[in-house]
Amino acid sequence: MPGILVFLEHHGSELQKGSLGVLAKAAQLGGGDVAAVLVGANVKALAAEAGTYGATKVHVAEDASLEPPLPQARVDVLAKVVHEGGYDTVLFANSVLAADVAAGLAARLDAGLNWDLSDVALEDGALVGKRPALQDSVLADVGWKSEPRLALFRSGSFDATPTAGGGEPAVEEVAVELEEHSRGAKVVDQQLEESSGPSIEDADIIVAGGRGLGSPDKFTLAEELARALGGAVGATRAVVDAGWYPYATQIGQTGKTVSPKLYVALGISGAIQHKVGMQSSNVIVAINKDANAPIFEFSDLGVVGDLHEIVPKLIELLNQRKA
Amino acid sequence: MKVAVCIKHVPEGSLKLDPGSKRLVRSGEGALNPSDANAVEEALRLKGDSDTEVVVVSMGPEKAADSLRKALAMGADRAVLVTDDALAGSDLLATSKVLAKVLEREGADLVLFGQQASDGDGAVLWAAVAERLRRPVVSQAAELTITDSTVHVKRQTEFGYDIIETALPAVVAVSDAINEPRYPSLKGIMGAKKKPSETVSLADLGLDAGEVGEAGSKTEVLALGSPPARGDARKIEGDANAAQAIVDYLAEKRLI
Ligand SMILES: Cc1cc2nc3c(=O)[nH]c(=O)nc-3n(C[C@H](O)[C@H](O)[C@H](O)COP(=O)(O)OP(=O)(O)OC[C@H]3O[C@@H](n4cnc5c(N)ncnc54)[C@H](O)[C@@H]3O)c2cc1C
Ligand SMILES: Nc1ncnc2c1ncn2[C@@H]1O[C@H](COP(=O)(O)O)[C@@H](O)[C@H]1O
Repeated sequence: MPGILVFLEHHGSELQKGSLGVLAKAAQLGGGDVAAVLVGANVKALAAEAGTYGATKVHVAEDASLEPPLPQARVDVLAKVVHEGGYDTVLFANSVLAADVAAGLAARLDAGLNWDLSDVALEDGALVGKRPALQDSVLADVGWKSEPRLALFRSGSFDATPTAGGGEPAVEEVAVELEEHSRGAKVVDQQLEESSGPSIEDADIIVAGGRGLGSPDKFTLAEELARALGGAVGATRAVVDAGWYPYATQIGQTGKTVSPKLYVALGISGAIQHKVGMQSSNVIVAINKDANAPIFEFSDLGVVGDLHEIVPKLIELLNQRKA
Repeated sequence: MKVAVCIKHVPEGSLKLDPGSKRLVRSGEGALNPSDANAVEEALRLKGDSDTEVVVVSMGPEKAADSLRKALAMGADRAVLVTDDALAGSDLLATSKVLAKVLEREGADLVLFGQQASDGDGAVLWAAVAERLRRPVVSQAAELTITDSTVHVKRQTEFGYDIIETALPAVVAVSDAINEPRYPSLKGIMGAKKKPSETVSLADLGLDAGEVGEAGSKTEVLALGSPPARGDARKIEGDANAAQAIVDYLAEKRLI
């Protein structure tokens, strides 16, 4: 019977919330049974948890060669599961890994992929995706012209809430012969984040710095402003990847998700991947010299100007107030 | 070595959708997609003084030639533009088909992509192209080195950094933090006009109009709506009283 297949992502022995959220959403859609697929080295034990989120069946591809978090071997597994299981829909929660798996699978199966969806619904029996576009100024309804239909959901689209009556899923093992090009890339080292000190996720006030600070030493501006406000310092991927500030402070799709009472963005353009990590902040204040920067679309107070002139004055004023 | 760089010509300024076709309006001014300048820069850095050839490839309207010329002015050696009326409305699947065909013709050792197209924000195309080329792919490269035909990439994930290696030929998509793209010099701009630049049609690639464009796409835009608006955003301009205005605002919101 055709149905929905959800790609479950895990890190170590933990299923990722984003993919569990998509699974829970799929189970609530009312389009029939929902299955999940798990790929990795020691993943069979995780299958039961998928049942709690609505999967009635879990396809498990377990092999040491599948341990590294690389996309192409996963395309091989999914192509086989979709083909043999006759699934008409495959859903993914966006991540660095899942995006590459979804697009690779689209090409392999010659299937349509709608990405960056914030929601999905069954309308008159047809699957319709909700896609925020053009810096989220438009919300488009998108569809698929053929099956299988592939969809990649924006981070944080759905809460991972266990479904009522979810039970023990049937487990089906998948053995896959990997394609030659899927065996090419190797993970030779991993520098995983060690958590140390208080996490920015708990801060009431965050001052985040982006590439607009101009140089790594200018992060002192963000630090001083954070001190004056009694907050913590965050950063964008652009400055983390460039080595200006530690990964532990990164906010966004591949970093932390924060919702402080106050978020001050200094020299940050407001890319979607940054936005998904901070949009639920209570009050957002942005300083950016480009009046057209996307960040102004979702700021409560947008200040168009040079942060190097404004921030030192701001720090001075705040310190005067405290004195 | 031969490096091919996939670049996109994107509309400049505020983007608009055509209510009829529900497609992005591409008739106005355009420019080289910002993060593709990082990919061109990375190719030029890898080339250095060697005899490596850097080919820039784009699928797009005739005007995309402007962005290819900019890449040539930065220092790329040759440009290939795939343009054809039948390509309009191509989705990920159709675009990947076309690019894979051109790249097959080029047979480059390394194919580079930028981080994301500023108009579509997909950040996915490379994986579809690599699948069609049946080559290893590594995305989000914050650092890239090549030693003895092995590509080494440092890339960020949700959990930290992974170091990934793969043998050439390979496909790599770079992060926009990997380098600072150079500006074309005057000499570069003058020289770009003399560099080889080829325009190819669908027929040249052995593709049928039905396989690409809207006809060859498997996704569609059904309707356009407005998202819920966010509260009462305020915007202030200028530097003189900005700091005081921020303090007043924070005080009003009882945040200080
Ligand atoms: C798969 C994937 C995952 C990603 N994950 C994340 C993530 O987790 N977090 C994240 O942040 N990004 C992420 N990104 C990257 C994201 O797309 C952007 O590239 C990044 O957020 C840009 O960072 P930025 O705003 O610091 O830099 P830029 O986009 O370069 O913006 C700098 C801004 O500073 C302004 N500016 C410059 N000078 C001044 C000045 N003197 N005064 C005031 N303003 C000034 C400029 O106008 C500009 O708007 C991801 C991308 C991908 C593809
Ligand atoms: N029409 C195109 N022609 C050539 N390269 C493209 C085209 N569209 C996208 N790209 C490349 O693919 C990358 C990712 O695009 P996207 O997945 O659309 O965000 C871009 O940074 C470019 O390197």
